[in-house]
Amino acid sequence: MLGRVANGIFWMYRYLERAENIARLLAAGHRMSLTRGPDAATEEWRSVLTTLGLLKSYKAAYDDFTGSHVCDFVLRGRTNELSVLTMFERARLNARTCRSAITLEVWEAVNEAWMTLRDLLARPVREGSLGTALAAIRRESTLARGATHGSMMRNEIYSFARAGTFIERADNTARILDVKYYLLLPSLAYVGTALDTGQWDNVLRSLSGERAYRWLNAGRMDARSIADFVILDGRFPRSLAFCYKSLGENLDALAALHGHEGPAHALMREADAQLTGKTIEQIFDQGLHQFLGSFITRNQAVASAIADQYRFVA
Amino acid sequence: MRALPILSWCGAQGMMNTAETANFDEMHAPDGSVRAAYRDYDRWLSEQDSGWMRRKSFEAESFFRRTGITFNVYGDGDAEERLIPFDMVPRIVTGTEWRKLSRGIEQRVRALNAFMHDLYHRQEIIRSGRLPERLFRHNKAWLPQMVGFTPPGGVYTHIVGIDLVRTGPEEFLVLEDNARTPSGVSYMLENRETMMAMFPELFARVKVRPVSAYPRWLAKSLAACAPEGASGVPTVAVLTPGLYNSAYFEHAFLADQMGAELVEGSDLRVVGGRVQMRTTQGFQPIDVIYRRVDDEYLDPLTFNPHSVLGVPGIMDVYRAGKVTIANAPGTGVADDKAIYSFMPQIVEFYTGEKPILANVETWRCADADSLKYVLEHLDELVVKEVHGSGGYGMLIGPAASKRELAAFRDKLIARPDNYIAQPTLALSTCPIFTQRGLAPRHVDLRPFVLVSPDGVEITPGGLTRVAMRKGSLVVNSSQGGGTKDSWVLDD
Repeated sequence: MLGRVANGIFWMYRYLERAENIARLLAAGHRMSLTRGPDAATEEWRSVLTTLGLLKSYKAAYDDFTGSHVCDFVLRGRTNELSVLTMFERARLNARTCRSAITLEVWEAVNEAWMTLRDLLARPVREGSLGTALAAIRRESTLARGATHGSMMRNEIYSFARAGTFIERADNTARILDVKYYLLLPSLAYVGTALDTGQWDNVLRSLSGERAYRWLNAGRMDARSIADFVILDGRFPRSLAFCYKSLGENLDALAALHGHEGPAHALMREADAQLTGKTIEQIFDQGLHQFLGSFITRNQAVASAIADQYRFVA
Repeated sequence: MRALPILSWCGAQGMMNTAETANFDEMHAPDGSVRAAYRDYDRWLSEQDSGWMRRKSFEAESFFRRTGITFNVYGDGDAEERLIPFDMVPRIVTGTEWRKLSRGIEQRVRALNAFMHDLYHRQEIIRSGRLPERLFRHNKAWLPQMVGFTPPGGVYTHIVGIDLVRTGPEEFLVLEDNARTPSGVSYMLENRETMMAMFPELFARVKVRPVSAYPRWLAKSLAACAPEGASGVPTVAVLTPGLYNSAYFEHAFLADQMGAELVEGSDLRVVGGRVQMRTTQGFQPIDVIYRRVDDEYLDPLTFNPHSVLGVPGIMDVYRAGKVTIANAPGTGVADDKAIYSFMPQIVEFYTGEKPILANVETWRCADADSLKYVLEHLDELVVKEVHGSGGYGMLIGPAASKRELAAFRDKLIARPDNYIAQPTLALSTCPIFTQRGLAPRHVDLRPFVLVSPDGVEITPGGLTRVAMRKGSLVVNSSQGGGTKDSWVLDD
C-alpha cells in the first residue's frame, strides 16, 4: 500500500479514538461537577483541559471554567484546533483520501458519523443535551470501529488502522492518569475518605473502567489496585499493557508481511518492556509521574518511527 | 487541467433552443400515446401510488449523501460538497436504437484512434488534402513530444465519451467527442445502483442491460494496454489531482472498483527508468497509469514547470516504452471543435465507410463563405471557440443582446479561424418526476467507450444529463442540471 495512504489510515483511527476518549473524559468531568461544589467543579474542568493539552487555548477564549464553556470549547470551539468536531472532520477527510483502502461499510460509518456530529454540534450544546451529544460521539466511534472489525481484510491496511488506534489510546490513558497521578499515590492519610473514592471513581470512569474494576475488586477501592488495573491489567482494553500488547501484535503482523522488523519495532519493545514483567510497586518506586511522562515520550517515539519506517511522507 | 470536469462538459447546444413545442419527446408521442421504449415502464408507473412515488423522490438524496457521491466546487473556501440532482424517471433507449448507436460510436472511436496515430506519424490525411494543416499546428493540445511515438498497444484514446443529442425518432447527432479525460462514468454506475435500490421490482418487470461490468472492463482494457515487459499482472494506478478536484469522488470510486491504487503526483517518482509509487515497503513500479490529470500538468520537466500534480520525468519513461499513460498525451487535439467539423471526412478516410452517426451541422468561420453566412445569421446560431471547452467563450445567438452580437461580430472578423458556428437544435425531451407529476425536460447522452488492442467495448447506456428547470436547455450541473439512469432495453 502507499505510504501516504498508510499515514491517512493511521491518523484516521487516531482521530476517531481521540474523539471517543474526549467524550469519555467530558462525561466523567460533568459527573464530577454535578456531585461536588463549585470549587471542585472548576478544578475538575481545569484538569480536563490540562489532560487534553487545551488549557492555554481555552484561557485565550474564556475567563472562567464553567462546564458549559469548557464543554463547548472542547466539543466545537472555533479557536480549538483539536475539538471533537475537528477530529471527526479530519477522520472523514482521511477516509476520503484513503477511500480505496477502506470498505464501503467503514466509509459510510465515518461519513455518517461526521454528518451526525456536524448537525449535532452546529449550535452550542446545552447542559441538558450534553449527555445526548457525548453518547452520540461514543456511538458513532463505536460504529466506525465495528464496521472496521466486521468488514476490513486483516491485511496491512488493518494493521495500520489498529496501530493508530492503540498508539492514541495508550497516549490518552497515560495522560488521563498523569493529570491525576497524585490521587493514586499510596498515601495512608486520605484512604477511605469520600473525596478520594469519588476522585478514583472519576479516573475509572474517564476510562470506562469503573464496572470492570468493581467486578474485579468486589467493590473495594484503593489507589494501588486502581493504578495496577489501568496500567498493567492486560485484560482491560484501555490499560497501557493491553494497548501495547495489541500494538505489538499489529506491528508484528507488518513485520511478518514485509519480512523484517525496523526501528519502530525496537522502540515498541523498549516501551513494552517498561510494562511487562513490572509490578505496580516497582512503578511506584520509580515514581508514577515520571513513569507516565517517560511512557508518553516513548509512545510518541514509536509513532514517529512508524511514520518513518513505513514512508508516511515523501 | 480542466478545473471542473463534471461541471464543464456542457451540452452547449442545449442552451439555445426556443422552439420547444417542436421537440421530440422520447416517452410520449404528440398524440399522448407512450412510445415503445417506455411502454413497460409506463405500465409499472401507472400502478404506483403517487404519494409513495413522491416520498421516493426524497429518498434518493439521502442515498447519495450517505455514499458520498458528491462533487466539490473547486476553489470554494468551505470546500462545499454538492450533489448533482438525480431524477428517478429513467431515460430509455430500445435495443434496436442502441445497436445502431453503438455501431456508429465504435466506427467513430476507431477512426479517432487511427486519426491520432496518423497525426503523430505520417499525416496522410493532411498529405491527401482532406484536412488543412493549420487546424492542429496552432492547437495547444497538439504535442510535438508525441511525434513519431506509438503508445503501447497502439492505443491513444483508451477511454472516450461521445456526447449525443437527439432531435427525432432516428436522429441521434454527435455533439462532441471527449478524447481527453471524459468524466461522469461514476454517475452512470451509481445512478443504476440507486434505481435498483429504490425500485427493485421495476427491474424484474423491465429487462434492462446491466452497466455494472464497466469497472471490470476498464481494468481489463487498461491492463491489455500495458507496455511490453510489464510484470505478469500489470500494476494499474489511477492518478488523481487529489481530494479537492471536483471529480475526486469518481477517481476514488473507479480505483476502488477496479482494485487499482489511487495515486497522487507526490506518491510517484521516476526510479531506475520506471514510474514507481512510494509504498510502505519502498518504491514499486507501475505499468499503466489511468491519469485524471491533464497533459499540461503531467510532467513539470516537459510541460508546465510549476505543476505539482504530475511526475517529473514521466514523459521520458513514457517515450522509452516503460509505462502506459491513458489517455495518451496529445489526444486533446480530437476535442477541438474545428477538428470536430471534419469528423465525417475523418471517419471516411480511416474506415472507408460512410459515417453512421451524423455531426451537428458546423460552419467553420475560417472559410470565407461560411464566415459570411455566420455573420448574416449570427442571431440564429451558436458560435464557439475552437479550442474552448465547457461553454466558455461562446455566443448563443438567439439569447444574446444586440450589443453582445455586435461585440462578437468584431471578434469573428478579427480572428475567424478561432470560431465555428452551429444551428440551434430542437433537442429531444424526456420526462422528469416533479411533485405535480411527469414533465418533459431536455436531455443529452454520454456513452462511455473503452479501447484496447483487444477491441472496443461500449457499455450499454451512459450518462443522461437533464435540464431540471422547465423550459431550460441547460443540462450543465452547475446550473441546476441533473442526471438520470440511462437504460438500454434487452430486447
